[in-house]
Amino acid sequence: MIEIPVIRWGQPYESMDQQPVVHFETGEELARMHQANGGLIKMDMRKSARARDTLRQFSIDQLCEMVGKAADLYMESTLPLGNGTQTPQEFCRIQSATTGLPEHMCAFNMRKNAFVLKQMKPLLEALTRGLPTEILSRGYGMEDRGVMLSYQATTNVLGLVLPSNSPGVHALWLPVVPLQIGLVLKPGRQEPWTPYRMFEAFKAAGIPPEVVSIYPGGSDCGPAVLESCNRSMIFGGAATVDQYAGDPRVQAHGPGFSKILFGDDMVDDWEKHLDLMFDSVFANSGRSCINASSIWASRHTEEIANALAERLGPIAPKPMTDPEAGLAAFTMEGAAEAMNNQIEEKLNEPGVTEVTAKYRDGDRLVQHERCDYLRPTVIHAESPEPFLANAEYMFPFVSVVKCPQKDMLKKIGPTLVGSCLTEDEAWSQQLLDATNIDRLNIGPIKTVQLNWLQPHEGNIIDFLFRNRAFQNSPPPAH
Amino acid sequence: MVGIPCGTTLRNDRLSHSSERRPAVSTNLEQTVAAARQQLDEQTVKTVRLHFDPELGAPFWLEKAKTYDFDPLTDVNCFDDLKKFPLFEDDWLRGGPVTRFLPKKWHNEPKYVFETGGTTGTPKSRCVVRDHWIDYEEFSKTLPDEHFPPGSNWLMLGPSGPRRLRLAVEHLCQHRGGICFCVDLDPRWVVKLLKKGDVQGAKAYADHVIDQAITVLRSGHDVKCAFATPKLLEALAMRLIEDDSSIAEAGITGIFAGGTEFTPQWYRFCKEELLGPDVFITPTYGNTLMGLACGKPFDPADNFKITYYAPQPRAAVEVVEFDDYSKVVEYGGTGRVKLYTLTDELFIPGFMERDEGEREEPHEKYPWDGVSGTRPFHEIAKATTVGVY
Repeated sequence: MIEIPVIRWGQPYESMDQQPVVHFETGEELARMHQANGGLIKMDMRKSARARDTLRQFSIDQLCEMVGKAADLYMESTLPLGNGTQTPQEFCRIQSATTGLPEHMCAFNMRKNAFVLKQMKPLLEALTRGLPTEILSRGYGMEDRGVMLSYQATTNVLGLVLPSNSPGVHALWLPVVPLQIGLVLKPGRQEPWTPYRMFEAFKAAGIPPEVVSIYPGGSDCGPAVLESCNRSMIFGGAATVDQYAGDPRVQAHGPGFSKILFGDDMVDDWEKHLDLMFDSVFANSGRSCINASSIWASRHTEEIANALAERLGPIAPKPMTDPEAGLAAFTMEGAAEAMNNQIEEKLNEPGVTEVTAKYRDGDRLVQHERCDYLRPTVIHAESPEPFLANAEYMFPFVSVVKCPQKDMLKKIGPTLVGSCLTEDEAWSQQLLDATNIDRLNIGPIKTVQLNWLQPHEGNIIDFLFRNRAFQNSPPPAH
Repeated sequence: MVGIPCGTTLRNDRLSHSSERRPAVSTNLEQTVAAARQQLDEQTVKTVRLHFDPELGAPFWLEKAKTYDFDPLTDVNCFDDLKKFPLFEDDWLRGGPVTRFLPKKWHNEPKYVFETGGTTGTPKSRCVVRDHWIDYEEFSKTLPDEHFPPGSNWLMLGPSGPRRLRLAVEHLCQHRGGICFCVDLDPRWVVKLLKKGDVQGAKAYADHVIDQAITVLRSGHDVKCAFATPKLLEALAMRLIEDDSSIAEAGITGIFAGGTEFTPQWYRFCKEELLGPDVFITPTYGNTLMGLACGKPFDPADNFKITYYAPQPRAAVEVVEFDDYSKVVEYGGTGRVKLYTLTDELFIPGFMERDEGEREEPHEKYPWDGVSGTRPFHEIAKATTVGVY
């Protein structure tokens, strides 16, 4: 039995409280996680300045090199895990066994994380818009054009309250240590694996372990992280995002409501973009915030919905070890059933039709003894008004919405990724000006295709640093 | 204390459960256990006779007795005879008239009414004359004078309002010769804030409560003892630490704190990191119906395990099987906590608590069954908002 301790500034701490982590299909206990308590986290955060001081003993370039080395260790090495060890294959197996994500998707997420670590230097260069890194380290510096710049870190550590079911989000915090800021991770109950493996890879690559804390724990731990870190990220539903809206200390990541928008100039060629739509909806089992949850067009919506349903409808659950497995399991009791019930209820509203049912041999909800699945679902919506026209669920679910182009930007609501198929210059300008779209793709780009040299849902540099005025000599007379 | 026929010794009871689980208790402890059991039997008979007395009894029980196929006045001769009563229903305590559980003997006395938190619906209420004082006078005997010096002043940091806690702690302090400085926390308001997701509002309210406690501690009131809920104690200690001070530097030498949030991990955190070596803290577990259960004295060998003992014979708890509330689990076994209240003011024959835990052996200081690892009963834990103090 693997026992995994709390990590307090790099030091293992064995708690009196432990929780089992179980295999979602068999119920087998795979590990025991030691549990932190909120007070312990608050107590530790009094020493958070030491994390940044320690990291500033290295240059950002040196730290980028170290995380590059950590990428190889993370991908290829047998690393310590609590009182045991873990190979990369064991990592994928156990992550799948607790999150319900097929093993090949776990391996994909692993490669994505390693890629981000490997590309850290160009990534930071892109995110800082070419800012000399010593300006971030020292707090100020002179640009080539003779202008003084100052960037002040807004926190010594970044706190993260991580989700249980989506290993994809971990790439978001990987640039933090290279930016000389400490990490305070509260892992999700079913996905402690990436934080612990990454910690060990960092340590083996020469990064001082005392800059990282990992606090698995109960319901008081997340609030303790959020309360005691000057900057935090939290992952949750729309209610979580609403709760922290306007709080500059917290970046809340919720549903993406990512979309594909067809311009009137290109919608007649919709068949050419069927793969783009399919992948945007289906990749990573539709579980990511960057998966498309709706497709908007002024015409051909019935045909688009039908063509997608024909491809998505027959897809059924497969074993987690099957390289073709496309559907993730719901491991939390009742979650899939609740979503299914809501969809069934909302299908009673006028103007919405499920198109997938005729291509699916069986029900949407597939219940097993210890887990459930939801099979892909395509909805056609006559207008943006019905609830399901702009809903998001954690499985391949998409609504194809009929809406005039002139109304789309008013009706789509918040959109994390908008992939817009148009060459209409006037509409493109409106899309560029639309503040309700975060990441804008104009052209045939899948919503799930990320360029890590671009910020994802807010630039982490803007979140962790403050651009401010600084002078160390009187300004010239004017 | 449970599950044995009247007149049978505890030793026989344990042998009958399982020879493998026979506890290693001394003869001396066995004798005190037997004596405590006898006291419980006597208290049971005395309590039932009062509450079912045709002239002086409680209106509720006199009415209920008409539906029973036994006569409580003649057929209850020991604690185990309480099994003859049907399970006490939670909802009987909701709404009025609140005096129906109070024997008529007390109806002309000044009365208090205390309510539970209301996290499971309409609050349960209890009408009291002086039980809350007696409970805390009994508890006072368990506090070490070294850490709770007689005559010293107290800080009470927790709910008042319809809860009995403030009056009870204040009485404890007065009973020990001190003056109690009280800071209120309204848990119902915190529940409302949390239910609507107003975390900032809840935090601001907690800060407001701690501000008041800090003012008391810095005002020269010579406060040496405190009652606090775990969360408030943590917040108070952290605030003092942030100000480069500490609970010890503020002059506090003894604290009792209570509730299911007082977990072993939190206990350890308190002793090792939060309070420092000079501050004594003891766990308690109480409610409006039971009074105050005491924690087994800290023993490093227990590895911070927290074991509570009901204030027998005025109240008793059993740990019973989840699927049969009439059966007590084996020592060390897990079950739901079942409460009996046996005072002159309240009779409750088997109330199913919101908590579950493990059944523990009698202790020299408390020679009857205890319960450890108390936590919200797993079947109702999801439906309630707990831990708001």
